[in-house]
Amino acid sequence: MIAQPQPLVTIRNLAVSFDGVRALHGIDLSVARGEALGLVGESGCGKSVTWLAALGLLPKKAKVTGSVQLEGRELLGAAPVVLDDVRGGRIAMIFQDPASALNPVLRLGKQVGEALALHRGLSGSAIKAEARRLFDLVGIPDAARRLDAFPHELSGGQNQRVMIAMALAGNPDLLVADEPTTALDATIQAQILELLTLIRRETGMALVLISHDLGVISQTCERVCVMYAGRIIETAPADLLFERPLHPYTQGLISALPPLDGVRRRLSPIEGNVPEPWNLPAGCSFAPRCPRAVAACDEGIPPLADKAPQRRAACIRVAPAEAPAQREPVFA
Amino acid sequence: MTGPMSPETLLALRDVCRSYSMRRGLLGRPTAVHAVDGVSLTVEKGRTLGLVGESGSGKSTTGRLALGLEPPDRGAVLFKGEPLPKDGTQEWRAMRARMQMIYQDPLGALDRRLPILEQVREPLDVHGIGEAKARDEKALALLQSVGLRADQGSRYPHELSGGQRQRAVIARALATGPDLLVCDEPVSALDVSIQAQVVNLLVDLQEELGLGLLFISHDLKVVRQVSHRVAVMYLGRIVEEGEADLLLHAPAHPYTEALVSASPEPGRRARPRIVLQGDPPNPAARPSGCAFHPRCHAARERCKVETPALLPLPDGRLTACHVAHDQANFLTSPLLKAAS
Repeated sequence: MIAQPQPLVTIRNLAVSFDGVRALHGIDLSVARGEALGLVGESGCGKSVTWLAALGLLPKKAKVTGSVQLEGRELLGAAPVVLDDVRGGRIAMIFQDPASALNPVLRLGKQVGEALALHRGLSGSAIKAEARRLFDLVGIPDAARRLDAFPHELSGGQNQRVMIAMALAGNPDLLVADEPTTALDATIQAQILELLTLIRRETGMALVLISHDLGVISQTCERVCVMYAGRIIETAPADLLFERPLHPYTQGLISALPPLDGVRRRLSPIEGNVPEPWNLPAGCSFAPRCPRAVAACDEGIPPLADKAPQRRAACIRVAPAEAPAQREPVFA
Repeated sequence: MTGPMSPETLLALRDVCRSYSMRRGLLGRPTAVHAVDGVSLTVEKGRTLGLVGESGSGKSTTGRLALGLEPPDRGAVLFKGEPLPKDGTQEWRAMRARMQMIYQDPLGALDRRLPILEQVREPLDVHGIGEAKARDEKALALLQSVGLRADQGSRYPHELSGGQRQRAVIARALATGPDLLVCDEPVSALDVSIQAQVVNLLVDLQEELGLGLLFISHDLKVVRQVSHRVAVMYLGRIVEEGEADLLLHAPAHPYTEALVSASPEPGRRARPRIVLQGDPPNPAARPSGCAFHPRCHAARERCKVETPALLPLPDGRLTACHVAHDQANFLTSPLLKAAS
């Protein structure tokens, strides 16, 4: 066994409740250095809440328990000074709607400069030079002039590039991108995904991509966690997950997607609806909609268990794969 | 005179234009923005035309023009061969019962203070369809036809899920027994698993009722699933139109090609992507010649000056691209034929 290097971020048993209603039921998750991890699930499954809770960005009424460690340092309940250092400095986050994340009455250069002064201690002309470098890095044409522009003068795609530039200002080790392309047109989405992959390759930064779009996740991420009703129900390397999903929910998600080519067949939707957080079934939350459910599924919440190398699924109906047959060494 | 029309044609747009006046800045001079610029299309009974394009391409305006919610500046909108009556008139009302619209956001389209059943019944009251007493029963039957339970009829919109709300909107649209539905991004706000339910419902209803659908969406995968033909719009014009599978398998226009390539599909990591350079264009500053040429990988000198017309290719589809037509002409040239 090779000793695993310490993960960058380790989340243990993270739970969140709002007004006594649990939105997140004990998430275990780790992000390795330089890794591209995808978090996929439908609205309300807790994929955004996980990271908002981890970074202490939820409103006060949210009750957060568990542990979130950045290289061994606990972030939950940490002093504001520690969090200020981590947020934007070590872990940056970008959101769906860049226009509302930017200040409409401040020039873009000033907003990027703020992040540079705060996290890198730059001042004066150094800020200007670095801001221009960042704009060049994220592919904003005519960077020098754009620094003097206001957000409304740029398109949605360009504003998202500005957000990425601001996120990169603190040289973060991890960028959490929450539906970064959902508000953008298809051709612009392709540009932004390409940019995120390029930046990751150049800076060695880790990326957590939160999206409802399986296609976006599949094209950008190496490893994927699928979430349902506040729990992770499957994790696997991206190519394996899309080739052979194990959990019936993941299978359902993938077969509900219309294909772009091949024979047109009737879509197979997942019947029913996602259960309300205050009205979860006693056993597996997916059991009421699951085509493979048996009586035992209602008896307890299935743990996220190893099913195959690098693959875990929370389903008692998925049998663990037999250990791959040991190949006899061949001496010719 | 409208000329000959095939009997099944429900909706026909003939060279329809619509422009808005827009001011750039507080003191800027108003400029005309051509939201829809010479669009022609037809929707037949029992068939679906998918209308694809990015934001600002004019696809939603085209949908509104089709329903007479907006008057065209130029061109004609014909429903069953007749021009649309002026909006607000008695005749327009009667005709509007024959064509209905489904929007993206069902919560915005429903009245939050009325139970679902009453909202589905409303069009029956408005258009005086059937006996007053029988209308509740008809509304209940409509709810059931879209897969809602009778008890859900007494609920309010906020008590239903997104998918159920969209079903209620569809039930209401079907109340007057329309021939044509214009669906503007009907499933874009829904989660994947629910999206599939609503897509299947629309396909089933079309089969059952012989509805003609104008299906507006930015999602190529959903459009392919429901459409017989697809039209791709760019800056207010149709740049390619043809049979759905033909268009999406082998796009002739470089813009369609880029859209298909940008449509992410799970498990398709290896496919090389065409990433378009530049921003989506500004309808207020339309480039000269072919509007797509600043972002096009195949653009030539001619594309910068000469606007390509939407003309048929040998395989039957229409394309507005100099390069695609030059290639087709080359392949069908007598020289090549003689050689083979």
